[in-house]
Amino acid sequence: MLRDNDRIFTNLYGYQDPYLAGAKSRGDWDDTKKLIEMGRDEIIENVKESGLRGRGGAGFSTGLKWSFMPKESDGRPHYLVVNADEGEPGTCKDREIMRHDPHKLIEGCLVASFAMGAHVAYIYVRGEFYREIEALQRALDEAYDAGLIGKNSCGSGYDFDLYIHRGSGAYICGEETALIESLEGKKGQPRLKPPFPANSGLYGCPTTVNNVESVAVVPTILRRGKDWFANLGRANNTGTKLFNISGHVEHPCTIEEEMSIPLKVLIEKHAGGVRGGWDNLLAVIPGGASVPCLPKGICDTVLMDFDSLREQQSGLGTAAIMVMDKSTDIIAAIARLSSFYKHESCGQCTPCREGTGWMSRMMSRMVTGNATVEEIDLLEQVTRQVEGHTICALGDAAAWPIQGLIRHFRPEMEARIDHAKKHSIAA
Amino acid sequence: MPKLTIDGEEIEVESGLTVLQACELAGKEIPRFCYHERLSVAGNCRMCLVEMERAPKPIASCAMPVGEGMVIKTDTEVVKRAREGVMEFLLINHPLDCPICDQGGECDLQDQAMGYGMDKSRFIENKRAVEDKYLGPLVSTIMTRCIHCTRCIRFAQEVAGVPELGATGRGEHMEVGTYVEKALTSEMSGNIVDLCPVGALTSKPYAFTARSWELKKTESIDVLDAVGCNIRIDTRGSEVMRILPRNHDDVNEEWISDKTRHACDGLKRQRLDQPFLRKDGKLLAADWPEVLSTVAEKINAADVKIGAIAGDLADCESMTALMDLMVANGSGNIDCRQDGGAVGDTRASYIFNSTIAGIEDADALLLIGTNPRLEAPVLNTRIRKRYLRGGFAAGLIGPRVDLTYDAAHLGDGPSALDDLLASKGDFSDLLKQANKPLIIIGSGALARDDGASLLAKARQLAEKTGAVRDDWNGFNVLQRAASRVGGLDLGFVPKNKSSLDTAGIVMAAGAGKLDVVYLLGADEIDMQALGDAFVIYQGHHGDAGAHRADAILPGAAYTEKNATYVNTEGRVQRAALATFPVGEAKEDWAIIRALSESMGKKLPYDSLVDVRRRMADINPVFSTLDETVSATWGDTTGVGTTRDAPFKYPIGNFYMTDAISRASEVMAACTALARVVDNKATGNNG
Amino acid sequence: MSMVGQEDYQPDSFEFAPAAMEMAQVEIAKYPDIRKASAVMPLLDLAQRQNDGWLPRAAMDYVAGLLEMPPIKVYEVATFYTMYNLKPVGRHHVQVCTNLPCWLRGSDYIVDACKQKLGIDFGETTTDGEFTLTEVECLGACVNAPMFQINDDYYEDLDATSAISILTQLELGEIPKPGSQIDRKSCEPIGGLTALSENNVKKTDA
Repeated sequence: MLRDNDRIFTNLYGYQDPYLAGAKSRGDWDDTKKLIEMGRDEIIENVKESGLRGRGGAGFSTGLKWSFMPKESDGRPHYLVVNADEGEPGTCKDREIMRHDPHKLIEGCLVASFAMGAHVAYIYVRGEFYREIEALQRALDEAYDAGLIGKNSCGSGYDFDLYIHRGSGAYICGEETALIESLEGKKGQPRLKPPFPANSGLYGCPTTVNNVESVAVVPTILRRGKDWFANLGRANNTGTKLFNISGHVEHPCTIEEEMSIPLKVLIEKHAGGVRGGWDNLLAVIPGGASVPCLPKGICDTVLMDFDSLREQQSGLGTAAIMVMDKSTDIIAAIARLSSFYKHESCGQCTPCREGTGWMSRMMSRMVTGNATVEEIDLLEQVTRQVEGHTICALGDAAAWPIQGLIRHFRPEMEARIDHAKKHSIAA
Repeated sequence: MPKLTIDGEEIEVESGLTVLQACELAGKEIPRFCYHERLSVAGNCRMCLVEMERAPKPIASCAMPVGEGMVIKTDTEVVKRAREGVMEFLLINHPLDCPICDQGGECDLQDQAMGYGMDKSRFIENKRAVEDKYLGPLVSTIMTRCIHCTRCIRFAQEVAGVPELGATGRGEHMEVGTYVEKALTSEMSGNIVDLCPVGALTSKPYAFTARSWELKKTESIDVLDAVGCNIRIDTRGSEVMRILPRNHDDVNEEWISDKTRHACDGLKRQRLDQPFLRKDGKLLAADWPEVLSTVAEKINAADVKIGAIAGDLADCESMTALMDLMVANGSGNIDCRQDGGAVGDTRASYIFNSTIAGIEDADALLLIGTNPRLEAPVLNTRIRKRYLRGGFAAGLIGPRVDLTYDAAHLGDGPSALDDLLASKGDFSDLLKQANKPLIIIGSGALARDDGASLLAKARQLAEKTGAVRDDWNGFNVLQRAASRVGGLDLGFVPKNKSSLDTAGIVMAAGAGKLDVVYLLGADEIDMQALGDAFVIYQGHHGDAGAHRADAILPGAAYTEKNATYVNTEGRVQRAALATFPVGEAKEDWAIIRALSESMGKKLPYDSLVDVRRRMADINPVFSTLDETVSATWGDTTGVGTTRDAPFKYPIGNFYMTDAISRASEVMAACTALARVVDNKATGNNG
Repeated sequence: MSMVGQEDYQPDSFEFAPAAMEMAQVEIAKYPDIRKASAVMPLLDLAQRQNDGWLPRAAMDYVAGLLEMPPIKVYEVATFYTMYNLKPVGRHHVQVCTNLPCWLRGSDYIVDACKQKLGIDFGETTTDGEFTLTEVECLGACVNAPMFQINDDYYEDLDATSAISILTQLELGEIPKPGSQIDRKSCEPIGGLTALSENNVKKTDA
């Protein structure tokens, strides 16, 4: 179990002052100039070697992503865009960073922007987080007033401007190119790739989009050293991670833990265990709504990291753990997610626009059992027709939970259909 | 030149191409709905998915640039399944109304469903219904059929330059439309019907009138402006059902204006379908022998006291015959310029020298007294296309108008031209620094009484700015009459110094100095001013000329004859007979040939081939077809004085510019709508 | 004819009040000069706030003019994002999350409580124009489920009783306490801290 002094977000629960004085007491902004003096290459190399993988869901190496940015500007400005459009159901970790540890994020923005030659960064925050934006803006103003950002940030000679952009309600804007489109004042419809943002992103300029948590941990990694971070967790799954534990647990909570902690330990240690005891567990969705659920059998042993969950045909995603006990109608639970994806499909590409609606309607019938057993196969086929054929990953995200349901709970689905049939014959 | 492997075969293609284009070069057909080569890439339909080695998922070939060493597979099971999946998704919410859909028979979705569709639907949920949108009198919408390919949106924004269409809402509730009910304010809006791959956008005037397979298709050219757009005339029996564009990369690409497309109902109205003679002040039906002998007598009697004016739609064959007839009668009073537009001594002084495609090479543009958006909408889209690529400075001399691209307003009239000649102003520098500057002068300048001087000044400016040199001629006259360049090439202008031009003919007739005026489809002159002259009107519509006429020789409209036209670039093209002339009307050159026989001055040609041989004798340009020939520049002389009145653009109402469009009910509806929009604009602007 | 989802009553004109204009200028200044369109979302939000919580077409047109955008591009944005209300809403816009984490912890009861208390269904406004009830997707407070948002504030760790109590307070013109409705500071486990206990002062002091 992670020791408190290895925790990065030491004001996670907001018991302390979130603003500049409190942040400084927690070690933020401590000689940031020195971090910048490491130089661009050194920073990127350290982040790479720390093993930090993107905390927004895809888990791509953060340092590697940064290294894709052009070394020299060809005249176009570079941008860092921070993805704070936290909307993956189950996920509420970036919210805590913004309202309780905003200076970690702001300092991270400065360091990351410097490493990529960006003099301007935008933090794109989902619009519903009105109070979180207020807190972040207050911290931002403090940082400007204290000379930490702005002209000659932290006395480093580097000019850096940071702005908050408020979203207006669209899950899809969490997709990095949709977020860029939205930031440009358009509908949040994902772009075709290539070109990738590192070549042509915001306003057609080299851009990197990073999750809040990915950016906010960077100053601490640089201060405590890449090895410190790399030695936490398992190889290729390093560092600490914010976990959100929601659903049928005794004490839902957000907790920073070591990567690769066993799911069972995580739930029992921090969330007070599954409601009614571990044996009352039905299934867990381990990484936000987009990843397939895992039945209890797998939950008994699975580790909470990228590779372990991938081996179980699921994923770490945003590390948002949704726990479902045996009282859960798992078909209804997944149907609720299908309806979410239908609601959030941007409508741009065919398989997602049409497929999410079809899947959602079929899932609604699966809940009542108003379907045939053959339709379970049809449903499965439709998920395959969506998966991998769309512009962005929302299509996959809509398909996977259903695939997980069918993979692990097909007997329940068939029983529901049988029951409904008998019931209607009897009636 | 990247080399890639497509289905096992190596192919080397130009870099910058997409995988889809490379596949086509390799002879692999890739199905698509959203992709269109003249629009930006949207990549949203997902029909063009192919497999690429080392890619975890199938890729949208329309959006993927080719790369060295790529290995592409277009015929695998994965690809087939992906396309079948997409097809099924496109169909689940698409209505099964093909039997009553105007797109039926020429529908991309229908066609592709043959290859990738299933024989039955697995979708048992309720289908989506979408409210139809109002887009004006030309485009009919059945939005439930829309597959959201966004071609129409991209066309409106990119090509037409009127960003008025969009997709509102999201997910399965996304709807294509204008959101606020309005007709598109574009002269090019009909093209979205062609672009729509399904029956969501169809032609309103054509609605439910024919099935595509019943139509006879005739390849021809348009004559309602001087661009010479390539068209296809679809007919059923004797009726023109619709007009569609034909691709010509150098002329109209694959666009046509709304007038070109939708004025064709005018071909059915107010037609001159038999000869008429005025007796006791009244036009009475007559037969050909009677009318020919009467007209022959009048012309013979008039001797040299006759003038002839060719209208804007006149073809070269009939102008040749009429010119020969007039000369045989001893008169040089002929003119093909109803508006009196000035012409210099050389061909280069009246054609669009850069060519239309050449616009894309230019890096600066000066417009003088022309609004190409209304005078040649298709040519204007070419300018916009160039503008969108960037690095292009445009300037306008003439009243401010919305051209669909940015143009610096340099002044309303000739003094702005004088400033440029005197190297005054920023734009003068831009023009001089430009590598390939374009100067386009239009009839708003040339048709003035000081037109000759303005032409000479514009030519001087062209020389001064390097617009005219061995490898580039950026001096352009934008003609707007289809007959004009052909008429000038034939020499259908006053034959010698003492001969009369259009204004001279009208004035002389009014003063009783001419006994006969022969109007070959000329409707745009002041008919009241012709005095007591005996007026012969040869043409196809009962328009201004016919109303004034003493004798009417019913001719053929451009869809009813095999005839030659020369576009503003000097490109010789042929219109083709799609339907026969109505009633007793005849092909125009043949009428004149018959008349010459009645006059006893028989013209020396008996067939179309003979006439065309005669045309080539007059000007070798007529022995070319669909080519542009660079023209000799000549000297710039005769710069006289100009008066500093603002230029006035020749076209006020785009939709009604000639006898055909004036007879069109569809064009009348467009006119009415445009007036409403204009009035509103005026109201808002106080 | 009104389009689907559009309000029939549309005011003729709209313009920013001076204070809103000032805020609009702050937003516009965040982006490069030639990228003014980037400010369309914040400006539409300002317009909506000025116009009692909903966005009439005149406001969209006004914003389009201000940012030199074709109006259709603004309509696209206004109809894409869920936080723009294209029809009038009540003074208190009650947005209940029913997504999975909230549902697992009883959002159905919250929904029922709200519907009963207000006497309206989702998508409806009380006749006095005070409350609009809307079903929304995940609002990102999942470890504090179930929850709803009313205007700019989150109310978390709800049950039917606390939900009704909040609505009652609003009815009475009182200001309910936002955030967790149980004995909880934020997202920490309720049973006592399992981390960060040493360097944290007692939550009652915070």
